[in-house]
Amino acid sequence: MLTIATGNKAVAAAVKAAKPGVIAAYPITPQTEIVEQIADYVAGGDLESRYIPVESEHSAMAACIGASVGGVRTFTATSSHGLLYMHEMVHWAAGARLPIVMANVNRALGPGWNIWAEHTDAFSQRDTGWLQVFVGTVQEAYDATLMAFKVAEDERVLLPLMVNLDGFALSHITQSLETVDIGDFLPPYHLPHAIDTENPLGYGPVTGPADYVRFRWDIERSMRDARGVIAEVEREFAERFGRSYGPTEDYRCEDADVIVVAMGTLGKEAEVAIDRLRDAGIKAGSMRLRWFRPFPDLDLAGREVVVIDRDYSFGFGGVVAHAIRSKTGIEPYSVIAGLGGQEVTYNDIADFVRNRRPGTETWFGVSDHV
Amino acid sequence: MSAIPKEEYLYKCTSACAGCSSSLCLRYVLKAAGPDSVLVIPACCTSVIQGTYPGTAMSVPVYNVAFAASAACASGMSEAFAAMGRETNVIVYAGDGGTVDIGIQALSGAFERGTNFLYICYDNEAYGNTGMQRSGATPLGARTTTTPGGKPTTKKDLDRIVEAHNPPYMATACSAYPLDLYKKVKKALSIEGPKFIHVLAPCPPGWRYPTEKTVEMGKLAVKTGTWILYEREYGKLTINGPSKAAMRKPAPLEDYIRGQGRFKNVSPEILNLMRQQVQQNIERLSREEAGVC
Repeated sequence: MLTIATGNKAVAAAVKAAKPGVIAAYPITPQTEIVEQIADYVAGGDLESRYIPVESEHSAMAACIGASVGGVRTFTATSSHGLLYMHEMVHWAAGARLPIVMANVNRALGPGWNIWAEHTDAFSQRDTGWLQVFVGTVQEAYDATLMAFKVAEDERVLLPLMVNLDGFALSHITQSLETVDIGDFLPPYHLPHAIDTENPLGYGPVTGPADYVRFRWDIERSMRDARGVIAEVEREFAERFGRSYGPTEDYRCEDADVIVVAMGTLGKEAEVAIDRLRDAGIKAGSMRLRWFRPFPDLDLAGREVVVIDRDYSFGFGGVVAHAIRSKTGIEPYSVIAGLGGQEVTYNDIADFVRNRRPGTETWFGVSDHV
Repeated sequence: MSAIPKEEYLYKCTSACAGCSSSLCLRYVLKAAGPDSVLVIPACCTSVIQGTYPGTAMSVPVYNVAFAASAACASGMSEAFAAMGRETNVIVYAGDGGTVDIGIQALSGAFERGTNFLYICYDNEAYGNTGMQRSGATPLGARTTTTPGGKPTTKKDLDRIVEAHNPPYMATACSAYPLDLYKKVKKALSIEGPKFIHVLAPCPPGWRYPTEKTVEMGKLAVKTGTWILYEREYGKLTINGPSKAAMRKPAPLEDYIRGQGRFKNVSPEILNLMRQQVQQNIERLSREEAGVC
């Protein structure tokens, strides 16, 4: 069905289609609309889920953990400080191998209070063992949320998955949305290690180094296997519903001399910048990085690269720029832009390309460049 | 005692300290709950007592979860079972630190939401698993590794905090009265909604008394009126057997604290305050039971 929706409403619509058994919810701007919409679905009988209005994000993830291992599909949504408050349980969910799906509406961290888009919240959960995907449109927010359940619950993966969408820049903007009848796209929830009193097990007891190492390696093995599972699920999604996704969304990259790598809505904004640059005779392309964990292999050989980081690792540099450097050996032009919802237009992005100085870092909007 | 099943759900040879009364409690809790039960356990002594991977000392599923998270995790599990139409008992078995301190937010949230589960706090009045640091449940005057001069403040009144959530059932119990505990667990699990049992669990290494005195120590806590056994069903208070006599004529407080190294060198002033507290508590509960408020 073709409709219009915000990014938040699109996530909620996908959750309704996925029919989780339990949803744990705690409000935080700019995510709140997701859990409000889901509460409406549940109250109105459009979604048969148990809705737990928890008293904190730590408890939201703890409740998802209990429900997921209890034997049902689970979902929660958060943002920014909420994500950081649940951090301990974010690690726990992955270590416990529970395919929880969470929408994270990317937002900056205080102080000072800032409710606008930034990716530092998600990147601070980088090493937890969660899969992370970043979306750029309302349609993609819906599609990625649907696919998230299928990827996470695959027995070759069995890891939690975070769908990231930019605060306000996507969560609160309205675009067209085509919802689908998912049919049997999502199989019934099946967790091989779900709690069964007929087969009583101890979950997460004290574990010595030799076994602990094997469990950690098993997470990494599943992360590696997840690349293939993601590709399978995205292919099936394209066949069933006609929309294709991959590890990156490449725009006019084939013959490009310079490629802009960005994530989320800035990755979409970059496409407009590419058209402007092409009009001016500059052979530029853009590569919107969708998957952050597992991190994809990128083909950037022989190109100059401009990386836009809507994040920063203090004392080190842009997180994505660092990833590109370590994965490809290319020294990118690292632009730190969009922090705390800073406005970055396609003209600004075109300027980043025109003024690029590979191997250096620039903070957009700060007069003293580094 | 004949009513108590012979089946054991807590196996022998756990990693508990000698004279551990919380293991004794757990044994009776599981006998009362039966095999269609799940234990949710935060970081606490029972994290260690249950044994190490790949072994387990229990024949019911045990879900270990982070320190602050047990009541919230149990909420999710309880709702999942409800969604699946399963009637499995969800029981949190948590220490006092994991309940009155770090876990109290999740506990409060779960009770306010009316979660269908049983929360049991076994209270040894300090962080036992990490070697006896003071918790909010440590009593006035008690020495711990972080209150070497004795705790200068009183024990947090957990029961009145839980009572403020108006649960359908709550009770106190003590490891020295296992039949009483068994009956309370049975009753709690027959009621829908959030249930709470607060069990005093004396701890030989923590309280510094000989292991063979662990039952005696629990009895003295009750006989001196330091620990009062009661139930609250839908708000109505009933004082239980052993505490009725103790409240009428409590044994001298010294009988209880004399044998415990943690109260060694308690000053006469602190001792006097401790006596006053016991008396106030007895009077408050007596008045309430008599309907005089």
